[in-house]
Amino acid sequence: MPERRDPVRIALVFPSLLGTYGDGGNASVLAQRLRWRGIDAEVIDVAVDESVPEQVDMYVFGGGEDTAQTLAVSRLSNGVLRRAVDADKTVFAVCAGFQILGETFLVGRGDVVPGLGLLDCRTDRLPGSRAVGELLGDSSELGLLTGYENHGGRTVLGPAAQPLARVRSGVGNGDVGDGEAAGDGAVQGSIVATYLHGPALARNPRLADHLLSRVVGDLEPLDDREEDELRTERLAFVRRSQRTRRWRRQWRPPARDT
Amino acid sequence: MTVRFALARAAGRTAAELSRVTGRGGGTTIGGRVTLLVDPQALARAAAGRELALVSGTNGKTTTRTLLVAALSTKQPVVSNSGGANLPTGLTAALATDRTSRLGVLEVDEPFLPQVATAVHPRAVVLLNLSRDQLDRYAEVRRLAGIWHDALAAEPGIAVVANADDPLVAWAASASPDVTWVSAGQRWTYDSTSCPACGDVLTRDSAGGWRSEGCGLSRPKPSWEVRGDTVFDPTGVSHEVRLALPGQVNVGNAALAAAAAALWDVPAAQAFAAMAAIPSVEGRYLETTYDGRLVRLLLAKNPAGWSEALQMARPDTGVVIAVNARAADGRDPSWLWDVPFEVLRGRHAVATGERSRDVAVRLRYAGVDHVRVDDLAAAIGAARSETTGGDSAVEVLANYTAFQGYRKVVGDA
Repeated sequence: MPERRDPVRIALVFPSLLGTYGDGGNASVLAQRLRWRGIDAEVIDVAVDESVPEQVDMYVFGGGEDTAQTLAVSRLSNGVLRRAVDADKTVFAVCAGFQILGETFLVGRGDVVPGLGLLDCRTDRLPGSRAVGELLGDSSELGLLTGYENHGGRTVLGPAAQPLARVRSGVGNGDVGDGEAAGDGAVQGSIVATYLHGPALARNPRLADHLLSRVVGDLEPLDDREEDELRTERLAFVRRSQRTRRWRRQWRPPARDT
Repeated sequence: MTVRFALARAAGRTAAELSRVTGRGGGTTIGGRVTLLVDPQALARAAAGRELALVSGTNGKTTTRTLLVAALSTKQPVVSNSGGANLPTGLTAALATDRTSRLGVLEVDEPFLPQVATAVHPRAVVLLNLSRDQLDRYAEVRRLAGIWHDALAAEPGIAVVANADDPLVAWAASASPDVTWVSAGQRWTYDSTSCPACGDVLTRDSAGGWRSEGCGLSRPKPSWEVRGDTVFDPTGVSHEVRLALPGQVNVGNAALAAAAAALWDVPAAQAFAAMAAIPSVEGRYLETTYDGRLVRLLLAKNPAGWSEALQMARPDTGVVIAVNARAADGRDPSWLWDVPFEVLRGRHAVATGERSRDVAVRLRYAGVDHVRVDDLAAAIGAARSETTGGDSAVEVLANYTAFQGYRKVVGDA
């Protein structure tokens, strides 16, 4: 890949609407990991009354509340994002940001809202309570993906999308069926989406570098000792709580292991 | 007093005493729980015959309650609860143990405000601010504003004192026919970018005004106004507010407290004079000496609070960032990425607490030189400033349970 002169431009889309769970950190992580490798990078915060820029390399979406989701969709329906995806620009979306890229999602007391139709998925409600807690997924390409989920949506993927990871602990998309573990997130063309907060890219530097290498090609490794320490501690926490849950289950009829 | 309530109070006192004697806790919560168990109407009965003010909001509840107690105490004795006991159990215990004070100021955890207001029929409610906090428990800030709105619509007899600068608070308070609006400031605007009433975009101007593009909801005209350290009261008289407590945010809290005290005819000058000398509030802002070094404790529980605390941290001090993620803190510390830790660039910071690894990663990406230390006491020892080194004063910024841990370390618990 030829050496770049221009900074890599990362659009953080509507952080004031889609930034409730610290997901704006994903854009900072992407930019810093480029700068540490001597590649210039720039994060562009797109305010909600501004139009989403076309001349950028990546788009980053975070989580948010119902009303914010509906507002975000109405502001994004002008085709900019469609053209970006057609041009193979990388899009990374979390939680509510994931849901609005799909065909439909629910708000309020169950109104179906059309999404942007860029991902082949539909989101309705999880049966029972919200999914809140540590989420651990397994990706054949990226290894273990760790983070925190906090959502009430169940997302069912269509044939054009693949899950980003298989859930090892937690709920993820909540699309259990056929005896298979639920998926988390979606991958379709240049779009990568997930329910992981943490933020996802701070907890999973390999995922961050995977997204970056789509833009700038192969990357040299960084010293990620602090991220590794955090991951080790969180994985140990998940294992401990799984053991506790298994122990508790022994007192009830055995439930199907997911 | 009914026999049942008398029994309930006695049972609660016994439980609280047992809890304290056996060293299990302060006893407030268990005492209140037992009282409510024996008499479910105990909170309402304990409130009967009193004039109460309730204080609620994401940040500043304990401080504003303390300021308002100081102002009202210039007139009469005032019953109040402690910051750690702001659920119905704690409120019941506080009211059941003090039977004589006719005035009371209670801080109330945000989602419990409707339930408590229905039970105690307060004369006044003081609404400070609403922003993201413990999202694993409350999910959406907008929903909290909604339940406040409905509760105030159902109780039109309550005098509301509300921060006009916070759109979520202003919308909730607008359900009441009796509101004293205070322009108390709002630095954290990220949770009110869409209109709480209609969902459309909120636009802001440089003077703190805001307006909904959709329904036209806009900042109510305040009768009290904060400008820097000056507070203008409704008669247009200005008061220079010189608090021992640090931070611009506390001048706003003092203005809200003074507006509430005015409902009981406490003159503003008298109210501010009573607030001025308060040095610390249940350990918050406490300055003490530990291991030969001057240490100050700053509590910050959410991004808005952390932004304020980082503003308060003095230059040339060592900085300790202590973060836990227990139930009372919220289990997910992703909010660390909403906090502008970049302001610490060029300084040295120590990450500690049960989620120190999350803090360390955050500081790494913020470009802040740091070390990670597990032990809270050792973390103070590792703090240093760039200019005065390891002898400098230390600012300890901690979230809720980490802060409680530090109160034990520095010996103020």
